[in-house]
Amino acid sequence: MTDLLAIGTRKGLWLARSEDDRRSWTLDGPHLLAQEVAAVSVDTRGPVPRVLAGIQYGHWGPTVMRSDDLGRTWQETDSGAIRFPDDTGAALARVWQLRPDSADRPGVVWAGCEPHSLWRSEDGGCSFQLVRGLWEHPHRPTWEPGGGGGAVHTVLPDPASDRVLVAMSTGGVYVSEDGGGEWAPRNRGITAVFLPDELPEYGQCVHKVAVDAGDPDRLYAQNHFGVFATDDAGVSWRSIAGGLPADFGFPVVSSPRVPGTAWVVPLVADMERVPPGGRLRVQRTRDGGATWTELGQGLPDASWAAVMRDAACADEGDPTGVYVGTRDGCVYASADEGDSFTLVAAHLPDVLVVRAARLP
Amino acid sequence: MSAEVVLPGVLADLAGGAKHVAVDVGDGTLRDVLDRLGDRHPLLGRRIRDETGAVRRFVNVYVDGDDVRFAQGLATPVADGAVVQVLPSVAGG
Repeated sequence: MTDLLAIGTRKGLWLARSEDDRRSWTLDGPHLLAQEVAAVSVDTRGPVPRVLAGIQYGHWGPTVMRSDDLGRTWQETDSGAIRFPDDTGAALARVWQLRPDSADRPGVVWAGCEPHSLWRSEDGGCSFQLVRGLWEHPHRPTWEPGGGGGAVHTVLPDPASDRVLVAMSTGGVYVSEDGGGEWAPRNRGITAVFLPDELPEYGQCVHKVAVDAGDPDRLYAQNHFGVFATDDAGVSWRSIAGGLPADFGFPVVSSPRVPGTAWVVPLVADMERVPPGGRLRVQRTRDGGATWTELGQGLPDASWAAVMRDAACADEGDPTGVYVGTRDGCVYASADEGDSFTLVAAHLPDVLVVRAARLP
Repeated sequence: MSAEVVLPGVLADLAGGAKHVAVDVGDGTLRDVLDRLGDRHPLLGRRIRDETGAVRRFVNVYVDGDDVRFAQGLATPVADGAVVQVLPSVAGG
């Protein structure tokens, strides 16, 4: 068993491997040097693992790269894996999310992109089709860009139904119950402190959403101020920020194995956006957000670097592994659900995304 | 009738390693020259222009030494024997 951790940064991709159940790591890279890697996924459903990377070639534009040999060679689709149809008049600006669907939907991969758009591939990420239902939603012209641009950055397909949930900055949470045809906002209870109406139907800046391991209708959202939970697939949300040192942050990560368990990485805000007190700490809930426990063993004091939207993730291990990457190029791994962390990498470029996979 | 397209080193691999590529001038506009270049080398074409056909923001194109953004853009005339140079702009960090 090999644990693989893909680390996307502003200047390339690194792959870390552990052969001893995540106690120690070796780092391989850079791959795709000088290319911004804002999205990465490791698709383990096929005969060989496929690494997909959403890259920005600097001057030369965005695209999706794929590797079927763990980074030794990379391929891209000549015409572009993600290419806006002519009638839209739009151009791809950045790929923010690459999400393989479930094992019984082989080949299906979702992508969230800037400008606000959702894409679906049926060939493992070689080519994507624009999900027209969301693109043509009447709300779309009023979705404003956040600091990272206006984008769909979170895609959560439900393995047991045709539900697909997306989160956008800004725009908030939208859900389709028919695989992407019809879409409706599901933001009731999520605040938008930057708008005159703090509880609008849509327009929130939801930074990340994660699904609980025990109930597909229970979701956690890290908002632009506020951490929220829902028990009805987003029909209504309630605050679960009580007990946190700050309610701002970017990622929220849930355990794929343990119900009620999730992690956030709070930041002081609005203007500072640094770890409270300059100490990098992860907060864990074991009870669906009712209470939080601060976790810091192995994490640095005197750390003023933020953790970005996709720069935290969990793995499929038992116990669940938790991974955090910072804007100062450090990556920390926990093999014990956050009780303790070890340093995987330091002095990389800004970490934008981490994704873990267990390889046979 | 052809123009000479001059590529930066980082793009030459996408044209088979050539930094200088002869391209038929077609209807005599930069748009047609870049269309023909992209037909021959699709990945190269996508590096220079996005899917709407616009030259990417941080890519500069010069025809006989003149920045086309200050000329007629993609409608800039390209004559037989012209030099079309593609350069990355000053950007990044």
